[in-house]
Amino acid sequence: MENIVHGVFLFLGLITVAFVLLITVYLIIAGMPAIGELGLFNFLFGKSWGPTYAVPEFGILPFILSSVYGTAGALLLGVPVGFFTAVYLAKLAPPKVKALVGAAVSLLAGIPSVVYGLVGMLVLVPAIRSIFNVPDGASLLAAIIVLSVMVLPSIINVSMTALEAVPKEYEDASLSLGASPIETYMRVTVPAAKSGIATAVVLGVGRALGEAMAVMMVSGNAPNMPSLFESVRFLTTAVASEMSYSSGLHRQALFSIALVLFLFIMLINAALNFILKHRKEG
Amino acid sequence: MSEIIKVKDLCLWYGSSQALKNISMDIPERSITAFIGPSGCGKSTFLKTLNRMNDLIPDVKITGEVKYDGRNIYGPGVDVNDLRREIGMVFQKPNPFPMSVYDNVAYGPRTHGIRSKAKLDEIVEKSLKNAAIWDELKDRLKKSALGLSGGQQQRLCIARSIAVKPEVVLLDEPTSALDPISTAKIEELIDELKREFTIVIVTHNMQQAARCADVTAFFYLGNLIEVGQTMQMFSTPNDRRTQDYITGRFG
Repeated sequence: MENIVHGVFLFLGLITVAFVLLITVYLIIAGMPAIGELGLFNFLFGKSWGPTYAVPEFGILPFILSSVYGTAGALLLGVPVGFFTAVYLAKLAPPKVKALVGAAVSLLAGIPSVVYGLVGMLVLVPAIRSIFNVPDGASLLAAIIVLSVMVLPSIINVSMTALEAVPKEYEDASLSLGASPIETYMRVTVPAAKSGIATAVVLGVGRALGEAMAVMMVSGNAPNMPSLFESVRFLTTAVASEMSYSSGLHRQALFSIALVLFLFIMLINAALNFILKHRKEG
Repeated sequence: MSEIIKVKDLCLWYGSSQALKNISMDIPERSITAFIGPSGCGKSTFLKTLNRMNDLIPDVKITGEVKYDGRNIYGPGVDVNDLRREIGMVFQKPNPFPMSVYDNVAYGPRTHGIRSKAKLDEIVEKSLKNAAIWDELKDRLKKSALGLSGGQQQRLCIARSIAVKPEVVLLDEPTSALDPISTAKIEELIDELKREFTIVIVTHNMQQAARCADVTAFFYLGNLIEVGQTMQMFSTPNDRRTQDYITGRFG
């Protein structure tokens, strides 16, 4: 009996592994031909994407850079806000405020990305157009702002958990040396929680890098090299927006883009594992 | 001997339950005062009122006064951070920060604005020497403090607390988590420290109080039953309950 139960659990556990393997293998098989045909360097570093041109062009550097800049920008805005919110909630907020803000953060995490995109499209894009006086508000900036809000819940929740797990004894020691509570949190609690906070940031990177729907709705979706007020296309949106009508080499190239995105996400996961491993040893 | 801390009619409540009842006592300067009594008698709570560490617990109410250097530390306009710099504390469980040995000791001085490397080096060395742990640690100042033994960690914590040059050091059962050899080292150290600092130690170990303390105070159920010279307390206690406790009839 025990063995059967054990076997069932093992089988269910292996389903996940099987899907990861399946996706990896499929992406590699589907993504390699186009890269082989176009050349890795031309594919990754080509500055022009035009699969329907008379002489088709398949350079995805604009997508890679848009994804990288978009993610970096979102973190530049989201990490400070999320970090200080987490410190406030974990250490300073009165219980009622903490409950209220905590509920809001959970709700933020549960909002579907298409809703972020919709609000971004209807509010943010026109606002950017009028504030910065540009012809179209659908831009890298709009994507950065929407993503910065979308990464907040994971940054806040994970950092908060890490900060709350710091033993109170450390804080007592600091206070008893005459350090103020704020000094104590910034110089003792935060450093003691740094691997957890790093994990939060890495999760935020994964969230921003992987988001397609909201980005597609606010970024204008033109394959330009990234610039703050230009319409841009991310790796995710490049796959999503053309998959329905592509064929032949064009379709294979989209699979290759997915493969590149997949490698980015793998890299993020490796970074996460590295941090978690160090936390155990440290 | 002059008194550095004078406590008058101190009461403390956790919510609606009273943990300290009208405590009045004086703490003599540059000597060792021990608080003894059975678990839950209020001795640790009382210790923490002396540098306002109880402020951190929600729902605590305190009445009466604690005069340090002639000034009521619960009065208006008292800077709690300054107070805690002058009245430091060492805790029951050794709690070095997850940093290097050096950074642990330098933490307090840095907090109080000392940036010069030479000055910090000097303070770290002096504090570790005063805590009788310099020889053991001088070659591993850059190593994590978490790798030290429990006894070393506790002596490091003592070094850390004296690095900010306090007047008074409060020790809350500092040896209860340590083995007998480490305990002996700490007791020896405390005896040295009283030349420079006023020491107040909470202990559940009566022999420790008898060995170390100049003055001993016996607490029971939130009351201060008796306070006096240690020799006299242990040989001819005035109160029946004190006698019962020190002869091991309860506790």
